[in-house]
Amino acid sequence: MSNVGIVIVSHSPKVAEGAADMVRQMVGDSVPLAWTGGNPEGGLGTDVARILEAIDHAWSEAGVAILVDLGGAETNSEMAVEMLDDIRRSRVVVCEAPVVEGAVIAATEASGGSPLADVRRVAEELSPA
Amino acid sequence: MEQHALRHLIHSVASAVIAHAEQLTALDQAIGDGDHGINMKRGCEAVLADLDRLAAHALPAALKATGTVLVMKVGGASGPLYGTLFMTMGKELPEAPSHADVVRAFGAAIEAVRKLGKSDAGQKTLLDVLLPVHAELAAGAQDFATRLPRRAAEAAEATVPMKAIRGRASFLGERSIGHMDPGARSAALMVAALCAALAPEDKP
Repeated sequence: MSNVGIVIVSHSPKVAEGAADMVRQMVGDSVPLAWTGGNPEGGLGTDVARILEAIDHAWSEAGVAILVDLGGAETNSEMAVEMLDDIRRSRVVVCEAPVVEGAVIAATEASGGSPLADVRRVAEELSPA
Repeated sequence: MEQHALRHLIHSVASAVIAHAEQLTALDQAIGDGDHGINMKRGCEAVLADLDRLAAHALPAALKATGTVLVMKVGGASGPLYGTLFMTMGKELPEAPSHADVVRAFGAAIEAVRKLGKSDAGQKTLLDVLLPVHAELAAGAQDFATRLPRRAAEAAEATVPMKAIRGRASFLGERSIGHMDPGARSAALMVAALCAALAPEDKP
């Protein structure tokens, strides 16, 4: 698939899964999608290893946009991006956008075949400047 | 550094964090989401569980491997931040570092943390301990085992009146004022444990 992939990272697995459900309802299977939430013990938090798995799962040659909730999700996602090989790293972005709305609008943009930069831009336009 | 000394060093720092997990959690409950203690404890327990493998490396590789364990196991923002600190130290240090090597590597590691955390001095974070400790270390190695922990404790205390700009505490705005930053406290703890383990009279 050549559409940009979407990864949803929340502290809460329920939030991540629920946001993913909303994305699926909008775009069906036209966009590669993965979600992850929770720390390595299953509590609230985020887990770099599982973020890496999610990026792999949602991988697209067009790249992957990651939507995150609070601080640690962003820092852990950026760490996961750092740990990718050079080629993949250049095609993954962490969007500064609200996680639910950002995921839905990014996926909708991606489903039309837009490049990664456009997918990121529409998501980040949701954030107050 | 000899292997048993390296093992002692890693063990001391991880144990100090574990022993203060409840205090770190209490500080984080005041201004954050209350998981700093439990997250750091999880990461440090993973380090201790892996101690034989970690301490079998030379110093640079041991620091890199320790940082990687923290990144993968902590589960909060402090994992990548402390993980990056140790991983960068490992990348920058030679096997038998001089004082100048340590000053330079520590400076590079703090810069990497600052970049990842998109933060800076005065924003009520671990940087508010790491930066003054770096300056104190750069001023000279003599008597470091007393000077650095003292500077670290003062610097952590100085985060009390600061207002958080980054991290979960930033949502509290003005209400973050009046509490010590938990990340500053954990950084000060690690500096104290590290210096105690490296102190000349404490060499095993």
